Amino acid sequence: MAKDILKKPDALYEVYHRKPGEDKKNIHYCPGCGHGVLHKLIAEAISDFGVADRTIMISPVGCSVFVYYYFDTGNIQAAHGRAPAVATGLKRANPDTIVISYQGDGDLAAIGGNNILQAANRGENITVFFVNNAIYGMTGGQMAPTTLVGQKTMTTPYGRSVQNEGYPIKVVELLATLESPAYLERCALTDAKNIAKTRKAVRKAIKCQIDGKGFSLVEVLSACPSGWKLTPVQAKKWITDRMMSYFPLGVTKDVIDEREGYHPEKVKLTGDRIEEILGLKKEKLFRDKSMSEVPEQYRNPQIKVAGFGGQGVLLLGQTLAEAGMRHGWNVSWIPSYGPEMRGGTANCQVHISENDIGAPVVDFPNILIAMNKPSLDKFEPTVQPGGIIFYNTSLIDRKPERDDVETVGLPFTDIGDELGSLRFANMVVVGAIIEKTRLLDEDIVKEAMKEVIHNKKFIPDNIVAIERGMAEAKKLE
Amino acid sequence: MAKELIKSNEAVVKGALLAGAKCYFGYPITPASEIAQAASYYFPPLGRTFIQAESEVAAIQMCYGAAGAGVRVMTASSGPGISLKQEGVSYSAGSELPVVIIVIMRGGPGLGNIAPEQADYFQVVKNGGHGNYRCMVLAPNCGQEMCDLTIHAFEMADKYRNPVYVLTDGFIGQMMEPVEFPEAMDIDERAKADWALLGDAETKGNIINSIYLDQDELEEHNRKLQRKYARMKAEDVLFEEYRLDDAEIATIGYGIVSRVLKSAVDVCREKGIKVGLLRPITLFPFPEKQVAEIANRVDNILVCELSNGQMVEDVRLVGCRGKAKISFYGRMGGNVPTVDELAEQITKVAEGGDIDG
Ligand SMILES: Cc1ncc(C[n+]2csc(CCOP(=O)(O)OP(=O)(O)O)c2C)c(N)n1
Ligand code: SF4
Repeated sequence: MAKDILKKPDALYEVYHRKPGEDKKNIHYCPGCGHGVLHKLIAEAISDFGVADRTIMISPVGCSVFVYYYFDTGNIQAAHGRAPAVATGLKRANPDTIVISYQGDGDLAAIGGNNILQAANRGENITVFFVNNAIYGMTGGQMAPTTLVGQKTMTTPYGRSVQNEGYPIKVVELLATLESPAYLERCALTDAKNIAKTRKAVRKAIKCQIDGKGFSLVEVLSACPSGWKLTPVQAKKWITDRMMSYFPLGVTKDVIDEREGYHPEKVKLTGDRIEEILGLKKEKLFRDKSMSEVPEQYRNPQIKVAGFGGQGVLLLGQTLAEAGMRHGWNVSWIPSYGPEMRGGTANCQVHISENDIGAPVVDFPNILIAMNKPSLDKFEPTVQPGGIIFYNTSLIDRKPERDDVETVGLPFTDIGDELGSLRFANMVVVGAIIEKTRLLDEDIVKEAMKEVIHNKKFIPDNIVAIERGMAEAKKLE
Repeated sequence: MAKELIKSNEAVVKGALLAGAKCYFGYPITPASEIAQAASYYFPPLGRTFIQAESEVAAIQMCYGAAGAGVRVMTASSGPGISLKQEGVSYSAGSELPVVIIVIMRGGPGLGNIAPEQADYFQVVKNGGHGNYRCMVLAPNCGQEMCDLTIHAFEMADKYRNPVYVLTDGFIGQMMEPVEFPEAMDIDERAKADWALLGDAETKGNIINSIYLDQDELEEHNRKLQRKYARMKAEDVLFEEYRLDDAEIATIGYGIVSRVLKSAVDVCREKGIKVGLLRPITLFPFPEKQVAEIANRVDNILVCELSNGQMVEDVRLVGCRGKAKISFYGRMGGNVPTVDELAEQITKVAEGGDIDG
């Protein structure tokens, strides 16, 4: 076995001070286990590339949960199967680090199957070492997704059956179907020749990351004499005789040379620039207005805007709220949200108030905007006495029945249509509200509209719409 | 800085970025999706990371990794996704990692619906994951607090090296209100060099880990965590009181319910009922002293929630020795009570009636 024993590289601790118990010199793995050999190969590569200080090893859940006993690098322990997600977080947070995910077959191919697939598919610039020992070592020898057909384990006491468990997963072949990974290879820790090949693959995979070439994974067929109930010598033979025929060694993908290295640049922005990008640096037209300047019945209004989805009722409400805020008042806006917004009726509720706003809901509006008949039918009875109803005569063929409220009926949809698009109807309503209630000032409402509408190229049309709404409402007097 | 009329869910993202959040990992779910969408819009232009993860399970583990690397990191979701995050929350608490998790509650159980509920109080405040851990839980009830408490969450997460939730309901999340944003903070990750993995010689000896094979070591680790939670109780309880000074009835509610209660309190005060409101802002640490004190002072406590009665258990726990009778009124399924509805319940209590909520 002398040829298996490698010199201890710098990236492994000289003394395993984190390891509990008396023995701080020897690894905790069983005799003949592949983990220890692979640890050395990885540590050797890390040392040779001079990246130990910036390397972070991820300990999985499995026999190698104690990877951190051994590696003189940064260490983090991950939940079962989640190492690729943890690696993603580490690497994205600090792309200068070299992130190595070390996982067993239960960890990687069973519980973490989607995590490895998705990390590979995102092309995370990380290196994964995948120890395939065809069994769950740590928990006492249960079946792994890589357990061979017919292989007896603690949970396949009659041997793995194709009917019950299907065939073993071939991880490097599976991942090779993806575009993103840069390098995928399967090796084996059996004889000197295969260990030399593994050493090469380990170095290549780490170099791939250092060079910013993207995702790499090396699958290593590795002995678990304890789990297989074989001697170390028999175990190696079992890998050669049984595993290799189902899990052929070799490269399944290598596009490292075709790839440009990618090293994300570090961005450090000033606070000013951050606030600017967040849109917080805009000059806005504000004017303090007292509610006492507003006709009494419209002071501190509670507004309900209702209509079909697509009539712009939400933007209408937002424009009123934005304008209210710019008069120095408290405002709140809430939509009805969810499925009701799709195709059915949509409504939003707006408070504009000199006082603190408690409940943001509007159960009893004093301003109701009904853009279609169902909305008028539903909400007319809820309007507060002395309130006002704006209703869309283009789509509502009846007058409101209430005689204790003011009503303003205008063909908002038709006017919008006439101005070039149905979508302008909501701003025609806004114009009518300005004219009728004297709550909001025209110039501020126009500024509010500019802020609120998504497509800024429609600003001029919407200004026309607001003015037209004011004019039409005025005509009613 | 100028006020902005902004959706609460978006205010969370801007607040987070001003607090120096470097990474966002999430998975879409209504009614929290706007948070992921706003994050995808704002994080990259600032040179920060947004990733739509493969699941909430993965998103929180990405947070675990990024927090381990010393950066401010967040995720957001709603009930079904928060259930999936529990694994990572427990690991983050166990490894003492600062992660900010925004929860916009929807109706449950199961797929439920997307309307607002407060039925995930148990899961979030009492911990849905395994082990003896606690998370700080902040409960905003307006747009401004969605920003401010998100920022506070990052501060608290770092202060305690612990996951912090910002918990609210779909109603508050969807609402737009004026928000005044503070200035951008400059966060130096080197401040975490004593425990984080910054990818250099100085920090490589640090280890991020929640495994302690030795029973005594694990017990000591747990005791240390409990001391931390005790410190949260001593130093960082937040709450708001409204018209409680001369109150004979105290209502208690958080999130959207506290807004409706506030209006209902005003309505009842006009009718001459002496009623006020206690709003817990931290659900953990729960304002135990305040509730106990109020329970000694008032005749009646009325707890309102959008749930089958979850926070009320905490109120009963600390209020049971007081003289106040503690009643509960709850709505479920996404129904939010109206002002009149809650005013009616308060009136019932004032008249000595029973609530069957
Ligand atoms: C969520 C969860 N489920 C189950 C376990 C129990 N568990 C620990 S290790 C392990 C299997 C490890 O097998 P493998 O990944 O093949 O690694 P090996 O021990 O063979 O190196 C399991 C199921 C766990 N820790 N967490
Ligand atoms: S049980 Fe198997 S995998 Fe685990 S240490 Fe022993 S030989 Fe290695």
